[in-house]
Amino acid sequence: MVRLIGILVGIFFSGWLLVTLAVGFFTWASEPKVETAEHVFHKHPKALHLASDGPFGHFDLQQVQRGYKVYKEVCSACHSLRHVAFRDLEQLGYTEAQVKAEAATWMVPGIDPVTGEDTMRPGLPTDYFPKPYPNDVAARAANNNAIPPDLSLMAKARHDGAAYVYSLLTGYQEQPAALLEEFPEAKTPDGLHYNPYFANLNLAMAPPLSDGQVDFDDGSPNDLDALGHDVAAFLVWTAEPTLTKRNATGWPVVLFLVFLTVLAYLAYRNVWRNKEH
Amino acid sequence: MSFPWANQYQPTNPFMRWMDEKLPLPRFVYNAVGAGYPVPRNLNYWWNFGVLAGFCLMIQIVTGIILAMHYAPNALVAFDSTEHIMRDVNWGWMMRYAHANGASAFFVVVYIHIFRGFLFSSYKAPREMIWLLGVVIFLLMMATAFMGYVLPWGQMSFWGAKVITGLFGAIPLVGEPLQIWLLGGFAPDNAALNRFFSLHFLLPFVILGVVILHIWALHIPGSSNPTGVEVKQESDTVPFHPYYTAKDGFGLAAFLVIYTAFVFFMPNALGHPDNYIPANPLSTPAHIVPEWYFWPFYAILRAFTFDFFFVPAKLLGVLAMFAAILVWFFLPWLDNSPVRSSRYRPLMRKFWWFGFVPAMAALFYLGGAPAEEPYVMFSQLASAYYFAHFLIILPIVSMIEKTKPLPNSITEAVLAKNGAAAAE
Repeated sequence: MVRLIGILVGIFFSGWLLVTLAVGFFTWASEPKVETAEHVFHKHPKALHLASDGPFGHFDLQQVQRGYKVYKEVCSACHSLRHVAFRDLEQLGYTEAQVKAEAATWMVPGIDPVTGEDTMRPGLPTDYFPKPYPNDVAARAANNNAIPPDLSLMAKARHDGAAYVYSLLTGYQEQPAALLEEFPEAKTPDGLHYNPYFANLNLAMAPPLSDGQVDFDDGSPNDLDALGHDVAAFLVWTAEPTLTKRNATGWPVVLFLVFLTVLAYLAYRNVWRNKEH
Repeated sequence: MSFPWANQYQPTNPFMRWMDEKLPLPRFVYNAVGAGYPVPRNLNYWWNFGVLAGFCLMIQIVTGIILAMHYAPNALVAFDSTEHIMRDVNWGWMMRYAHANGASAFFVVVYIHIFRGFLFSSYKAPREMIWLLGVVIFLLMMATAFMGYVLPWGQMSFWGAKVITGLFGAIPLVGEPLQIWLLGGFAPDNAALNRFFSLHFLLPFVILGVVILHIWALHIPGSSNPTGVEVKQESDTVPFHPYYTAKDGFGLAAFLVIYTAFVFFMPNALGHPDNYIPANPLSTPAHIVPEWYFWPFYAILRAFTFDFFFVPAKLLGVLAMFAAILVWFFLPWLDNSPVRSSRYRPLMRKFWWFGFVPAMAALFYLGGAPAEEPYVMFSQLASAYYFAHFLIILPIVSMIEKTKPLPNSITEAVLAKNGAAAAE
């Protein structure tokens, strides 16, 4: 009885799926394919190699420091970094005193100790990076109706995170003539900017970086490509400040377990040596 | 129950004798997983995965309790408290990655454990109850994992919760009120997050309870084995300790190598990047997908695109998705073969390996793919095979198949195998 009911239920589900499949296939095969500009012209991120890649990954602190400088001088005008505190900068190789001095160069919201009114005061190491806009409405108003996203987790919140950041920053270009020919309606609207690495190709953010925009004290290269690398490296750090520790912890753990596996295998062979199985 | 030749617990140490009179816990352990529990001597590596699943449950409970000490189940701060765990709590990142990847590891070993059950018909009499309890555990795991994924309150948390609870909305008449009741509102918000956290904390202990019943039921007939022939004599068995403690120890160590490699070197490989974006009810992600371990069932859900007369396609998909798991409850009775092990069922073995495995692999892939053609058509084909496999092929093949002769006993099978190997 169970088998009979089962077969009937099976015929229903499988049969209906096959009917659906047949009709779906006919529709799919007979209808013309509609392509979209996003589908044809969207590009996967460029290859990016950073010191933080892979199981031996660690932070290139010089590079992350440079990335921080670019964030401070350029990105922070519009993008917040709300999960990162000034005290975290110590992980980049700055001393406690340097961090204190650095924090004081930022103005953060505070309360006047006498009047209790809202005010701005120099930052302390315990403060988090301040937001550039008081609220989303202000952020939209200043940015052509788009909210600049928080950057703390950007390197983990997109597919191919760091490579995506790098590609987006260095990928602005003129809209290809082939695109306009094929999809005239997909012309980049006024106020937006064409970037093939962005999912819908048109981005509210104007190209933020250009050759030589930020100068480094040690004379490190500061062309667009180098700046894109540095920002990507910095955002990998903000997204996962524990990365170096994670990899450094992982190796002893995994190697110990490999050794344990060998021992356990030998113990297993030893216990079973006289038992055919 | 045990076999009459099982070793007897005979404590010699006076303290252990005293203990045995007052609280015979050592005796219990001895008889359950010690030298007093005879187990078939021919269990292969497929039989390692039950122990691994139990170990994964322990990982999840321990890491989960620690995470709960730092997590705040409130829609305003849940995302930030998760980041607080990742950044400021000592070893918090390790606990969270161990927990997130622990869920994946749990599903990997449980899927293999279940497939072992299929391949060797472990569900057949006299082990139906073990199987039924196992399916209950799997359903509880799915509910627990789903609610756990909501807790970080990222974009996929929110939209996953919305889509999955939306499935209940497909039920005629009561659907919409039911969905609102489940969520405590019209969309996932604080009420839903709080109750999901509460239930996510509770359910693992319910799972633990059912696991105890699962193992208790297992100890009545004892383990099945790769030949499918029941234990007949003492030479068919070995004591659980030291034989299977040694083999499970090896399996566990090997498992931990792979698991820790994920935790430390690619902790986000199995997750979705969108869940690092805070939940935003006003911005729908381009592709809403659940965690990878739900993909086969998600693919079945989305394979139904046509209404069947008065039954809407969405309801059909929901029914099919639940039916895809509920059908496992009926396996002991759908399969009519007198033989258990697929080693002696040549035709059914082919269907498992060359029908079911490719279909399941396709469903795993397609559930994570966008709901576009040609993916949907492949989902329909694979889902059609999935139902046909359990509900049509298995019952019919089990009745008509000509099986190979079974060995007389486990010992005979073991000696024949090793004799053949020695003669070569």
